[in-house]
Amino acid sequence: MNMHRFANPGRFVRLAERILPWTGGLAVLALGIGLYLSLFVSPADYQQGESVRIMYVHVPAAWMALFVYTVIAAASASALIWRHPLADLVARASAPVGAGFTFLALATGSLWGKPMWGTWWVWDARLTSVLVLFFLYLGHMALSNAFDDQSRGNRAAAVLALVGFINVPIIKFSVDWWSTLHQPASVVRLDGPSIHPSMLWPLLIMALGFKLYYVSLLLLRVKGEVMAARLRARSMAALDAT
Amino acid sequence: MSAFADVVARDLRLALRQRGDAVMVVLFFVLTAMLFPFAVGPEPNLLARLAAGVIWVTALLAVLLSLERLFLADFEDGSLELLVLAPTPLSLTVLAKVLAHWLTTGLPLIAAAPLIALLYNMDEAALPVLMLAMLLGTPSLSLTGAVGAALTLGARRGGVLVPLLVLPLYIPVLIFGVAAIDAALAGLSARPYLLFLGAIFLVSSVVAPLASAAALRQAVE
Repeated sequence: MNMHRFANPGRFVRLAERILPWTGGLAVLALGIGLYLSLFVSPADYQQGESVRIMYVHVPAAWMALFVYTVIAAASASALIWRHPLADLVARASAPVGAGFTFLALATGSLWGKPMWGTWWVWDARLTSVLVLFFLYLGHMALSNAFDDQSRGNRAAAVLALVGFINVPIIKFSVDWWSTLHQPASVVRLDGPSIHPSMLWPLLIMALGFKLYYVSLLLLRVKGEVMAARLRARSMAALDAT
Repeated sequence: MSAFADVVARDLRLALRQRGDAVMVVLFFVLTAMLFPFAVGPEPNLLARLAAGVIWVTALLAVLLSLERLFLADFEDGSLELLVLAPTPLSLTVLAKVLAHWLTTGLPLIAAAPLIALLYNMDEAALPVLMLAMLLGTPSLSLTGAVGAALTLGARRGGVLVPLLVLPLYIPVLIFGVAAIDAALAGLSARPYLLFLGAIFLVSSVVAPLASAAALRQAVE
């Protein structure tokens, strides 16, 4: 498929408008079912008690924090290599959402850590590398807005996103490489998930809800960026006319 | 290769003509390190415990302060455009400029580090490891910093932006740099941490010139 087929902003906006109600509706549905299952149906953990329910928000948020950064890096690469006009917008629109997911993962982890580990924060490899990710998101947002020329900001932020991508595998494997307080992966494993289905299903539905929420927000934000660009062009044309 | 040597020689000559810059970096390093004994109290054991961390953090901040002069003067007087247009690969030119930057900031910092170790009452047995760790670690600081400096050329609030971009990327150097010295102080082998510092140096010496070159091309476009 020719990837420049969707490079036409007008065609993208029309497509986005058609998809958006579906992803938005499904996101609400998945989050509703997921929250009900995780808060009321799934059992309390024999060790962690009721606070295990924080995990149903924490784990999907952390997955999304990595996923959104990967999307930004891929979009940045295609923006720099192929000058794909929508890739810049995707990276720009994703950064605040990813920062939000990262903050949510850090905050919920901290809330869970206080009763479980007895501390809000420990400087172990997983927590530190996610904190670095959060600052990479903030740096990306600051850099892309730091220039009078928006396209220069986009390209500079794209280079930064690619350099910062080194951090993503470090986060993923930090729990295996170092003996951290943070527990290693229990869902995505070669020998199958090590958590019970009664907890796995709510988690997976929540993760699906988070992903659909991100897709909806991304479509909405990219559409907004396209509209903003049109408004700018129109007001420039109006200025020229006078 | 002669172009590489020419750029290094030019930047060194410029740095020597404005000796103030390099001296300021070292002065900043020593002065900031001097603040800690006042802040946490002059207890010798406590200071000896803090020495490695203070040396690394202040060295890191000193490098951060010096990053601006890496490309900004060339950007403002237009010589950067000539360097970009030159037939030499831009990443090689960047590497030459980073080498000159390291020779005028990293090397003086390494020379000044034993002084602070002395003031902090650090065990002398760990001095060779401290020097070796800084020798392996500070080039990565210059290299990574070059990316941040190149990306923020021509940006509004460029000065505040560089720390936000660069400091998160400096954390691995800080972690392994301090861990090497702590291991040496505890009588353990510092070798694994030094190997990590070497690995970071090798990776950044490949990635940073490429990324900086891409950023510089954007800046002069």
